[in-house]
Amino acid sequence: MDAILLQILNGLDKGGAYALIALGLTLVFGTLGVVNFAHGALFMLGAFCAVTVQKILTLSLKVKDESITFFDAYKEQPYLELWFGDFGTKIIDWSVPISIVIAIPIMLLIGLAMERGLIRHFYKRPHADQILVTFGLAIVMQEIIKSFFGANPIPTPAPEIVAGSAPIGVLLGLGESVVYPWWRLIYLLFSGVVIFAVFAFLQFTTFGMVVRAGMHDRETVGLLGINVERRFTIVFGIAAVVAGLAGVMYVPILPPDYHMGMDFLVLSFVVVVVGGMGSLGGAVAAGFLLGILQSFASMNEIKDIIPGIDQIIIYLVAVVIILVRPRGLMGRKGVMED
Amino acid sequence: MSMPLLRNDWVVMALFTAVVLSAPIWLSPVGAGYPDLLQKFAIFGIFAIGFNILFGLTGYLSFGHAVFLGIGSYTAVWSFKLLTMNVIPAVVLATLLAGVFAVVIGFLSLRRSGIYFSILTLAFAQMSYNLAYSVLTPITNGETGLQLTMDDPRVFDSATTEGLPSTTLFGMDMSGYPGFYFCAVLLIIAFFISLRIFRSPFGLKLRAIKSNQTRMRYTGFNTKPYLLTAFVISGMYAGLAGSLMAITDPLAGAERMQWTASGEVVLMTILGGAGTLLGPLLGSSIIKYFENIFSALNDGQLHEIFAFLPDWLENIVVAIAGEFVGDGWHLTLGLLFMIVVIFLPGGVVEGIRRASAFVRNMFNKSATDESELSAEKE
Repeated sequence: MDAILLQILNGLDKGGAYALIALGLTLVFGTLGVVNFAHGALFMLGAFCAVTVQKILTLSLKVKDESITFFDAYKEQPYLELWFGDFGTKIIDWSVPISIVIAIPIMLLIGLAMERGLIRHFYKRPHADQILVTFGLAIVMQEIIKSFFGANPIPTPAPEIVAGSAPIGVLLGLGESVVYPWWRLIYLLFSGVVIFAVFAFLQFTTFGMVVRAGMHDRETVGLLGINVERRFTIVFGIAAVVAGLAGVMYVPILPPDYHMGMDFLVLSFVVVVVGGMGSLGGAVAAGFLLGILQSFASMNEIKDIIPGIDQIIIYLVAVVIILVRPRGLMGRKGVMED
Repeated sequence: MSMPLLRNDWVVMALFTAVVLSAPIWLSPVGAGYPDLLQKFAIFGIFAIGFNILFGLTGYLSFGHAVFLGIGSYTAVWSFKLLTMNVIPAVVLATLLAGVFAVVIGFLSLRRSGIYFSILTLAFAQMSYNLAYSVLTPITNGETGLQLTMDDPRVFDSATTEGLPSTTLFGMDMSGYPGFYFCAVLLIIAFFISLRIFRSPFGLKLRAIKSNQTRMRYTGFNTKPYLLTAFVISGMYAGLAGSLMAITDPLAGAERMQWTASGEVVLMTILGGAGTLLGPLLGSSIIKYFENIFSALNDGQLHEIFAFLPDWLENIVVAIAGEFVGDGWHLTLGLLFMIVVIFLPGGVVEGIRRASAFVRNMFNKSATDESELSAEKE
């Protein structure tokens, strides 16, 4: 029982990341009709926003180490610590949450620039062209990051206060053996909040209403005298922000390296297809579902029965779903059913 | 292709054969006249030509073609380990086994089209890649990669005592130029088959599927067997290319199946010109050539190249160019890829066609201008 609960929780935080990336991906597909292979790279850029913020905050000055007396030793001390003392240390410790605030405008700008500069010229081109050009863009982004930050993963810790594990078992009355890292719990909550915010935005604002209408019938909305293109540009920006935020928050869980986006991209495409092309609810549901499935498949008991299942479960599910239910779990009729 | 002579397959083949076999001579002035690189041209040429039969003709974009490359490599190395160091069984077995896998994967993937087809092939490739790394380790030797060892049975070969044997063709060592000519002959055969397919009713049907599959179906045409045939043929090409890779270097690793490898062959085909005969070969050769040159350059050599500039400018230029060479070669590749897709969707072949049309127009224009002038006089 404990093990099952733990696996569900494990799956939920991974599923949260899948759901966030897939949400943006399907939002872009549903509105702009563009298959964006560079979406994983946006996730990666978000993660590197956090890395950059941390690097800037820990910019250091070489000072003489007073504790060593027999020779001249130097240590690096961050400027923030020099200027603000303990408060500076605190700021550095909280670099990941701080970078959320900074990542939002940056990712929005990147998203808008990408849509204006490249994606909009590909609305009328076939899907194959869209896939290819965004694939090229993803390689370029990846290589730029690599040339700045190197090829190795960069560990970026979460704030100290949430570095440990949460005694989930005690809270739920299952005994003390069931523990769960705080940060993963926070990630789960965070992804829930972001998903809720996106849905609320689409459901309860006029802007969201227009976007939803545009997803159903772009032409008619355009004929009503609404500038659909502009709204869709903003939607692309929002999708970029969502992917970026998913990346920022994922940094303490997985030290980011330059190709993390590609790894997640393949998975999140599978998530989108399983959920149903262009269906937001489907993408979220499929994200969590596949996350949980994956964590169950990596249990030793199951691996003993079917060896290697943990490696292929997601793809296997994807293959079965595409073949049996081409519309995915919640896909709308007539959207990319071919 | 306005010249009537080029309509004849045999003339084209004779030209192609002459060009390929003399490649060591006419490629040496540009620094590509050595067997290792020429072999790469031939191998990736075969891979891309095969991919083009599927993507170029039918428009089905497979993102998992590298899986057949990997299967080909593994089969070839196993044939070297178990049977003989002769390359013929390796090539034949690799091509056939890749074909078998292509039948299975193709049968399932071709039930859907468009992006779903791409995702299905991608899913199969990722599955194979992940399995090759994990539970299939007894067959694939996991991360280390499959390689020859001293205690392999090699039932058809007489036992050798000193060192690891190298691949042979009935006793002829397959390193250096013999290796290249072996690949070149197979490339010529592969190109010939592709040429015949392009100019056959079968090829025409594939093209019809690309332009309007629904209409094909309405006319009472079952498109599935044709698509599957194209898929299997291109899978076998990939298997052949994989086995050739193992022949030039008897080592097979799972990373050959990774989806970035599949992306590379898409890129080669697009760069050269999808759906054209020569495009894929051109594209793969261009990419491999520049990869070879760019990834070997370093800052010191860049300084030599730009030495004619004033010092301050030289440093700036080298700093910028340095990002694009050596390890940064992939950045160049990505940019090149984007530029081709954005501005020249037809690839290099299309570029050549446009350029020649432009030149022809210039001549025609001067001719028409004169005739207009003479008309005004009257």
